[in-house]
Amino acid sequence: MSAPAGTVLRHDAAAPATPERAFDWHTIATDAKLLLIGIPVFIWTILPIYHMVLFAISPKQDAFSGKLWPDHPTLRNFEVVFGQKHYFLSHFWLQLWNSLVIAVATGLLTLMIATFAAFAISRLKVKGGRTVMNLALFTYFIPAAFLAVPMYRTMGLYGLLNNHWALILAMVTIASPYAIWVLKQASDKLPYELDEAAVMDGASAPQLFRLVYLPLMMPSLVAIGTYALLLAWNEYLYAFLLLSRDTDITLPVALGNFLAADDSPWELLMTTGLIYSLPPAAIYYTFKRYMVGGLTAGAVKS
Amino acid sequence: MSTLAVREADAVAPAAAEGRMSAWQVWGIVMIAPYILVFLAFVLYPVAYGLWTARHPQSYVHLWEDPIFARSVVNTLVFLLVGVNIKMFVALMLSGFFVQTRPWIRWLSLLFILPWAVPSIPTILSFRFMLNPEWGVINQLIFKFTADDGPNWLNDPTLALTLAILVHIWKSLPFWTLILIAGRLAIPGELYEAASVDGASNPQKFRHITWPSMQNLYLTCVILSMIWTLGDFNSVYLLTGGGPADLTHVLATLGIRYLRLDQVDLSMAAIVCAMPLVLPLVYFMMKRLSK
Repeated sequence: MSAPAGTVLRHDAAAPATPERAFDWHTIATDAKLLLIGIPVFIWTILPIYHMVLFAISPKQDAFSGKLWPDHPTLRNFEVVFGQKHYFLSHFWLQLWNSLVIAVATGLLTLMIATFAAFAISRLKVKGGRTVMNLALFTYFIPAAFLAVPMYRTMGLYGLLNNHWALILAMVTIASPYAIWVLKQASDKLPYELDEAAVMDGASAPQLFRLVYLPLMMPSLVAIGTYALLLAWNEYLYAFLLLSRDTDITLPVALGNFLAADDSPWELLMTTGLIYSLPPAAIYYTFKRYMVGGLTAGAVKS
Repeated sequence: MSTLAVREADAVAPAAAEGRMSAWQVWGIVMIAPYILVFLAFVLYPVAYGLWTARHPQSYVHLWEDPIFARSVVNTLVFLLVGVNIKMFVALMLSGFFVQTRPWIRWLSLLFILPWAVPSIPTILSFRFMLNPEWGVINQLIFKFTADDGPNWLNDPTLALTLAILVHIWKSLPFWTLILIAGRLAIPGELYEAASVDGASNPQKFRHITWPSMQNLYLTCVILSMIWTLGDFNSVYLLTGGGPADLTHVLATLGIRYLRLDQVDLSMAAIVCAMPLVLPLVYFMMKRLSK
């Protein structure tokens, strides 16, 4: 069952319009098999998320009862978090703001650096562009966790530790190689006749960039901006290494600090986590069209 | 058509070379400079600094004598060989499930992507709470049904590492499934129809149509996933913290452990030791992608 299951089903998908399909045992059997896969997939996917939601809407004493739905669902936890009424959460809004500032700055800066670089390599054919592209690709493949300790020391030498710029620059460093690669792939596909026409009309390189290149690249730019933004928003390791003051850290670091204490208020931790997960999920679904097309196709060239 | 366009572009560039080219080259350099600066300051310099810090042979002797290091290498290999392969195999199978045209499968696929779309820290902490031996929901349920205490999940190194691998799979499975779905959708449907006409069974279709069309993509995905899994800090650190007794560390978390123990040279040396694992994989990917 396990190995060819996928293909069994694929066969049916290829011929969905057979007339006798309406009510035959074959279809029902296939649907049953599909459900047999679908239900475990559903439970597997939703379990930790549901667990988080359950904690967030349960009063403290109910949260540990092991029930599937609390007897008295409440928004009290959200009230506590938003009102910063727990000493673990005394900087909630500030830390959320830090996350936002760092994510937006990373998104914008990555977008700027990567778009410039991709334009220079792909359209202006700058000398050494290929080498830069290869260096960027190489950086992309070095796991970020291995660069973390050297980066931490370097930021210390630059005197940037505990400064938001440290995290922003680190995230730009991590996000831009992939951004450049995807944008270069996309810009290679634009017809060169456009450049020629612009040159005939006497356009300079910046004019070509602003008036022709940017408008055509919009879908990829949305995908890459979102990618960098989410990368920074979700980052834990670098944030925890580079920032330490309670008023400087991002919310994931604050969540990690919860763990250090024995008496961690789990329901508040889960509530905060849920709040923090909502923006990326919303952004993902909003830009799904661009994300799936731009990122997955770019990630692995088939 | 596209070759024509490229050729024309090649022809135009030298023609413009005399007067315009230099101005364009200058703009090219100006525009590529920001990235080069980022690369020099935040990639090249840290890497050089790291290698310089890790230059003493003594560090490697210390590293070798530390049983935690050997354990981390083994754990990392288990993570890569077992974790990644299971994950990719499941992703391959699930991609076959998700290409089905049913409304509810469409909805499920939207939901399925959530683990990848949300930040890892809240969900991994949620796992951690579920697994808490006293209050966690899993042991509560075990107690309810068997009146026995469940295992102390994260206090057993083998179990804890297995769970870290599961968390890693939970988090990254959607991404790889998505890519393999794209791979499957690229296979022309007529191939399957023709095979059906010839009376091919479903396993035969998988062996002779699906797999040959996807094996390149699949291999690339496995290698890329191994590289990324090598750098997966969160799944281990946030779930087990490397414990119990530092027995579930992987190379990605080991560097941080030494940093916290204020042994920066060991931290760098550990990363250098990971390079024989990383570089061949990176080389493979570079060859694939820069052709």
